[in-house]
Amino acid sequence: MTTKTAGRRAATRGTPRPPAATGKRLGPSPKMAVWFLLPAVLLLGVMVIYPIVYSIFRSLFDASGSTFVGVDNYVSIFTDSAMLTTIRNTLIWVAVAPALVTVVGLIFAVMTERIRWATAFKLVVFMPMAVSLMASGVIFRFVYEQDPDRGVANAVITSVRDIFSSGSGIPGARPRENDQAPVVASDGAVVTRQPVSPGQTVLVPLVGLRPDMLPASTAPAKTPGQGTAGINGTVWLDFTPGGGGAPEKVDVDEKALAGVTVEALRDGTVVATTTTANDGTFSFPELTSGDHVVRLPRENFEAPFNGLSWLGPTLITPAIIAAFIWVWAGFAMVLLSAGLASIPRDALEAARMDGATEWQVFRRITVPLLSPVLLVVFVTMIINTLKVFDLVFVIAPGSVQPQANVVALEMWRVSFGGGGDYGLGSALAIFLLILVLPFMMFNIRRFKREQS
Amino acid sequence: MTTATLEPKHARDREGIQRSPLARIIDRLGGGLLQVVVIVIALFWLMPTLGLFVVSLREQEANTSSGWWTLLTQPAQITLDNYANLLASGFTSSFWNTILITVPTTLLVIGIAAMAGYAFAWIEFPGRDALFLVVIGLLVVPIQIALIPIAGLYGTLGIFGSIPAVVLFHVAFGLPFAIFLLRNFFAGIPRELLEAARMDGAGEWKIFSTVVFPLAKPAIASLGIFQFLWVWNDLLVALVFADTENQPMTKALQSQMRQFQSNVDILAPGAFLSLLIPLILFFAFQRYFVQGMLAGSVK
Repeated sequence: MTTKTAGRRAATRGTPRPPAATGKRLGPSPKMAVWFLLPAVLLLGVMVIYPIVYSIFRSLFDASGSTFVGVDNYVSIFTDSAMLTTIRNTLIWVAVAPALVTVVGLIFAVMTERIRWATAFKLVVFMPMAVSLMASGVIFRFVYEQDPDRGVANAVITSVRDIFSSGSGIPGARPRENDQAPVVASDGAVVTRQPVSPGQTVLVPLVGLRPDMLPASTAPAKTPGQGTAGINGTVWLDFTPGGGGAPEKVDVDEKALAGVTVEALRDGTVVATTTTANDGTFSFPELTSGDHVVRLPRENFEAPFNGLSWLGPTLITPAIIAAFIWVWAGFAMVLLSAGLASIPRDALEAARMDGATEWQVFRRITVPLLSPVLLVVFVTMIINTLKVFDLVFVIAPGSVQPQANVVALEMWRVSFGGGGDYGLGSALAIFLLILVLPFMMFNIRRFKREQS
Repeated sequence: MTTATLEPKHARDREGIQRSPLARIIDRLGGGLLQVVVIVIALFWLMPTLGLFVVSLREQEANTSSGWWTLLTQPAQITLDNYANLLASGFTSSFWNTILITVPTTLLVIGIAAMAGYAFAWIEFPGRDALFLVVIGLLVVPIQIALIPIAGLYGTLGIFGSIPAVVLFHVAFGLPFAIFLLRNFFAGIPRELLEAARMDGAGEWKIFSTVVFPLAKPAIASLGIFQFLWVWNDLLVALVFADTENQPMTKALQSQMRQFQSNVDILAPGAFLSLLIPLILFFAFQRYFVQGMLAGSVK
């Protein structure tokens, strides 16, 4: 169990404080430090510190850098409507993603404590961290493809849904709109105009479908059988290809509509349900008396479910957050596993001896003892969330990027991705820096506390 | 997974605490369910990458007409054509660019950070603690802050778009984490070892290169693998600073994204090739990977 020993070692080692100046000086002269530090200080100074200072100044100038505009760039961050969408998305990310990653990581860490092949599981969940976000983006573009025949997400959803609701719909079919038609459209469904009583037959002629859109094997419609018990009828496409044929009458070349759900209602409640046979006929033999309304419920006329539009404007951010969880859950899990391993067993056992349930032990002992690690994972995820760029850039198709936009991506877009506005770009970069400042302070405080 | 593993492994059982037979039965049933849940999650986590791999091996027409999972019933669709096309399309040059960017960056970061980490851990100089807090502060600075200023700087120096320009940027932003990690490790080295070397009259450079650096191999391995993966996987820096002729794989792939549907035969094998080396490294050195993460989880 490599991860656990590593965790213990890291936990016990902590960050030891370098020796303080005590007594006789045996160590090197402070001047030596200059040579050791020079390359790092030089690089950090030129490539990190100077850019921060420069960006503050640059953010106060316009796109070309020639005119001083004061805080105009910052004002436009908070007034421009596209920009507000970007900020809203970043807020959604920060509110949702870090908490989800931490919770999923905690669940996984607790689960793997109890299985034997935990190392294999950890490797699998951890693997996406080694993969570039670019490649992860490509991976999830495949997962989220709209067509259920290609995208695995929609393939799963549609097949699960098909288990619960079968039936081939007839979307677009409708009755003729004239006073002679025996059926009328009503609130999405189709109902008989007159009440029907047992012994009568019901004709449900529909139009609005092209005969060639029906499966080639569709049988010709059959006139409902007279004289049999109950209510009998036919649902068919009342259209004779090539002309001819009388309306509201089952003619020779007219096609049956099979598999349509038909309901019989009495006083507004459904008393019988059936589906049409291959020749379009249906029958309610069990109805013996009373006036009924025959109804073809609305579900028949709805377009078949074809999967969710993951990459559309509504679902794009949740879809990308799911990919983010896929990437980062392993990180949270490994850190929290190490934390769990370092919790003293005695504390847990003592509580169990006192009769605490597993949930109480988890809630009252494990989570509080784990809270420092939980906090580190959570804060690390907030920082990662604020910087999220690649996933949004790669998963969101170009046309949806305005709806999926986040601050880190928008900074690139306005400055390099065709915008060319270095003023606004600098302002966004500074805005991003301000967003991470609290976490910078968190890290510094945590380090100081560990040292003392 | 064999059925032999379908036995719950509870710490409390191992430690010999007596539990009622009923509780044990419940544990076993729950354990079996847990195994199933964990297997489902593992499959769920594997599926996206597996899907990419299968897509990269299928004929282009097969990919446009059906899902990759149909491979289970029609194994005849497998072909290496996509990989052949990819290699013919000049993707190999971006592979070399990735190596030319990643390897020097990793070596430079290790070398420069090891020196700085040594100074922070073992040389007393005024302002040491304050300077180290600055390094910790820089850990979280987003790279977006430097894109515009450094683009200007590179323009002035005339190196914009070149591989050294990309390397330099990565080195600078890799340093804070590297210094933090190595300084913490160095500070844990027993003082006596260094004192002994000093007694023998060794200079600072000698102590650094013959005592500290060899002792720090595990930490350096962790740092090395992290740094390698970050740079290998970077898109943003390459997008801004690398010309088309110097672009790494990530940028080359990104430029194919615009026609996602029609470029599946390039994107899928390209993405898979780009993640092959990180995956190999990850599996070979996962111990160091995890250690580095635990030690440096401030970032």
